[in-house]
Amino acid sequence: MECRELLMKLCDINAVTGREDTAARVISGILSEYCDEVSVDKFYNVIGLKRGHGENPRNVLVTAHYDQIGLIVTGIDENGFLRFTSMGGVDPKVLAAQEVTVHGKKDLFGVIGSKPPHLIPPEDADKPVKMEDMLIDIGYDAQKARELVSVGDVVSFRFPVLELKNNRMAGRSMDNRSSVAALVEMLKELGRIRHRDNVYAVATVQEESGLVGAFMAAWNLKPDLAIAIDVCHGDMPDAPSDESFPLGKGVAIAVGPILSREHTRECIKLARRERIPYQIDAEEKDTGTEAAVYSSALEGIPTLLLSIPAKYMHTTVEVVSLDDIEATARLAARYIAFRDELEQEGDSDDRT
Amino acid sequence: MFDTISRLVNVFGPSGRENRVAEAITQMIRDKVDEVRTDAMGNLIAVKKGSGRKIMLAAHMDEIGLIVTTIDEKGFLRFGTVGGVVPLVALGQRVVFENDLTGVVWYEENMENMKDAKPDKMYIDIGARSREHAKELVETGDMAVFEGRPVERNGLVVSKALDDRIGCAVLVELARKCPETSNEIYYVFTTQEEVGLRGARTAAYAIRPDMAIAVDVTGTGDTPKSVARAVSLGEGPAIKVKDNSVIAHPAIREKLVECARENGIPYQLEVVDKGGTDAGSIHITAGGIPSGGVSIPTRFIHSTSETVDLKDAENAVRLLEAFVRL
Amino acid sequence: MTEHESILIGTLKKLTMLDGVSGDEKPVRDFITEKIRDRADSLHVDNIGNLIAFRKGTGMNKKVMLAAHMDEVGLLVTGINDNGLLKFKTVGGIEPRVLVGKRVRIGKDRVPGVIGYKPVHLQDASERKSPVKKSGLAIDIGAKDREQAEQSVAVGDTAAFDYDPVEFGNNKLMAKALDNRVGCAMLIELLGGRYPFDLYCCFTVQEEIGLKGAKAAAYAVEPDAAIILEGTTCYDLTGTDEHMVSTRLGDGPALTVMDRSVISDRGLFRFISRTAERLGIPWQVKSTVTGGTDAGRIQVSGRGVKVCTLSVPCRYIHTPVSVMDKRDFFHALKLAEETLAGLAGWLEGEGSVGEVGLGQNQPGGESDV
Repeated sequence: MECRELLMKLCDINAVTGREDTAARVISGILSEYCDEVSVDKFYNVIGLKRGHGENPRNVLVTAHYDQIGLIVTGIDENGFLRFTSMGGVDPKVLAAQEVTVHGKKDLFGVIGSKPPHLIPPEDADKPVKMEDMLIDIGYDAQKARELVSVGDVVSFRFPVLELKNNRMAGRSMDNRSSVAALVEMLKELGRIRHRDNVYAVATVQEESGLVGAFMAAWNLKPDLAIAIDVCHGDMPDAPSDESFPLGKGVAIAVGPILSREHTRECIKLARRERIPYQIDAEEKDTGTEAAVYSSALEGIPTLLLSIPAKYMHTTVEVVSLDDIEATARLAARYIAFRDELEQEGDSDDRT
Repeated sequence: MFDTISRLVNVFGPSGRENRVAEAITQMIRDKVDEVRTDAMGNLIAVKKGSGRKIMLAAHMDEIGLIVTTIDEKGFLRFGTVGGVVPLVALGQRVVFENDLTGVVWYEENMENMKDAKPDKMYIDIGARSREHAKELVETGDMAVFEGRPVERNGLVVSKALDDRIGCAVLVELARKCPETSNEIYYVFTTQEEVGLRGARTAAYAIRPDMAIAVDVTGTGDTPKSVARAVSLGEGPAIKVKDNSVIAHPAIREKLVECARENGIPYQLEVVDKGGTDAGSIHITAGGIPSGGVSIPTRFIHSTSETVDLKDAENAVRLLEAFVRL
Repeated sequence: MTEHESILIGTLKKLTMLDGVSGDEKPVRDFITEKIRDRADSLHVDNIGNLIAFRKGTGMNKKVMLAAHMDEVGLLVTGINDNGLLKFKTVGGIEPRVLVGKRVRIGKDRVPGVIGYKPVHLQDASERKSPVKKSGLAIDIGAKDREQAEQSVAVGDTAAFDYDPVEFGNNKLMAKALDNRVGCAMLIELLGGRYPFDLYCCFTVQEEIGLKGAKAAAYAVEPDAAIILEGTTCYDLTGTDEHMVSTRLGDGPALTVMDRSVISDRGLFRFISRTAERLGIPWQVKSTVTGGTDAGRIQVSGRGVKVCTLSVPCRYIHTPVSVMDKRDFFHALKLAEETLAGLAGWLEGEGSVGEVGLGQNQPGGESDV
């Protein structure tokens, strides 16, 4: 399956954070094409193992979370409308007039209503609408709604993947299905080159609710090196230039206190050697990604963070470039396979 | 049930000082379990041995309170909060120290706006005449808890510290029933939940249970202009779907619902944005422990008049009894 | 649904899938022209773009106009930035809030684009507390710079919401542009009948930007009476104060007493509402006085026209996800048909214009306005 097709298939999967149970099987099926073994743990992390060919293989962990942000039903009112709150970081400003799917007894189409402007009193005119004041309309009366939906059912955004110019794709869940696509492409690439180490490619859960899956991955697999793949902010007119990255200019390699200085340096060298387009993402805090978990897990695991620039993160129209996904996949695969060669080549430059 | 609750809420036990609560609970269940021990954090762990799965049931012993930070020259005490104390709710309340000394919480009366009521503009009056006199009665670092004697009316119990002595009472009652099962049950009375879900983390790490359920309180949506919550007093224990700290493992949630349905136990579903429980630190411990929650609907949480319906607590006991037999 | 009703909904859905932002109504006009070609005695497109279909009457010297606007609210590309993003302004009244995170298609080639927003992680505290600002919005078609964008789109292109219709819930239909493809769908059906009076079915343009088409159409037709078919606001969500609800989904077609553009002719209003009562067709009064329709322009044209608006309630109007109850649509159509059937009688009697005392101020019947 080609990358574009793979990304579209991945984005179609519904896996609201904390409810990855039904999606685990699909993800498992996708990974099993390129792995020697695939298993699913109690929390629905999908763990693929691609064995290395070398003597004394080390264990490399590469993860990309497959959960997505969404909503959860908190009540059904007397008119059949649904009250809700967020699962993961949802900005209320993104919700007005959106199409959603309510995962009740069956999947139901719904719409998030919005108050027409003439009903907004003047004192509220310059305040954003709060989530508590919004409702999901599934078009049923209260009795029918209560048969089909219960408190605690999750809701995902309904948005098809759009193909834009320049090899760019727009849709919900580019955070983080674009990284899962990169994970799969990485496995494909590893299938073409010899690598010494065992690679645990894990599609993790509940990153959006506290990096939960990462804790388990680190603990159970105890790797020698951990690579987290996530998205970073794509550039936008009023976003700070040191926190956002242009699309199409390659994978963003994170540099900073919690990332392994040695591995980061070697990784950049490799990117240059292999002519893989890359950018540098300076992270002064803990990055807010799974890398934060790995770097201090167990006795500490040397960690790399590779990111795919995504515009409009956490909206329904996240935009990524397929070129950046491919660059990420190639860099991850080649770093895993060739990093020892770099050590042998010696460091001519010590500073990144 | 009311007696158990009464005894437990009256024991002094703010976060970090739960020893007396641990003693009281030990007295209540010592002869109903195979082993009782404590750990370095003061967690009380009672085990009913078995050959089947390891199930951890957790309820926290600590309550919110105040901690003395300075004693001023006139003998008034300045304080910090232990756990989520709402300053406005503390105003005018009586607090009691471990040595039974009573104090009153008040505010600097030149405060312009009541919304500014924060600990640094409030103080405790223990009736001391001077700093020296006060120092005979208390020390900086001493903690005090709120007063609010338990009262029952119409099947509703009003008291301070139902968060989470009601959870402890539920586990005590369950232990006393000696539920028949081959599973190994860990009744864990945790410490320092109110300041960051701390005790549960180490207890879980040591026990490594196959699954865990936190028994705590949850807010209701049945009072005037309350936050819209689906949970109400008297409609049954609330099975946790998610809170601020954890998304309950679907298998545990579904099993609890199944147990409720099969045994004709009324239940509700809990989804909250704010508020966390011990399950939050248990589920990411070690390699991950599937966790859920059974919560007792409670009004006016973190006040001196928390209110629960005894039926909900009794049904929680029945629900857990059915669950541990799986 | 009966088979006939299914066909009606099918036509309505197809209509909503066409793009016709004010000023660019051609695709809608072309579709409608094909549909009604065989039913009209003559078809005429005027200078502003209105499509006027004529059915000669059987002898009565009166003219009745039915009007429904073909245009929808949308966006107009006003500039292309160096970074390839498109600046735009809204055509018709669209709240900035509802534009966030939506897909649009631009121009004749329907180039896909999305309207993004600054991620919450990058918003500072004051931005988080502020509502969505229009100035922060742009259309992203994926172009990396202005040059690349100009290969696909141009300043002046219109963009429509890119949302397909969905039937869901209990008899509900969601689609973009229900305002006013519902009116167009009804008008296509109503063109079939032949009446004593001359019937002009006017598919107007540019309603959303100031009721422009209707003005020209009314000038040309000079009707005695006009019924305007529309989609109207409905905010019957829980928590809305009762007096702010406007109309309720499922309570039937809404008749306008008054909005910002017009006070309906009392007699015509009564005639239509009595027709509904007589036949047991559910109907409601639009209970807020906001909004404006072609009725306003038509009423004050020439020597004056008796007008009334008959609407299908639409939740979330002027967003990509407007929702109607199919039963309201069928009832509205039936009410319009029955009104037309009896209208000649009314025009002779109560509805005739002449000496003071005749028609308009006729007492009798309950005061329902």
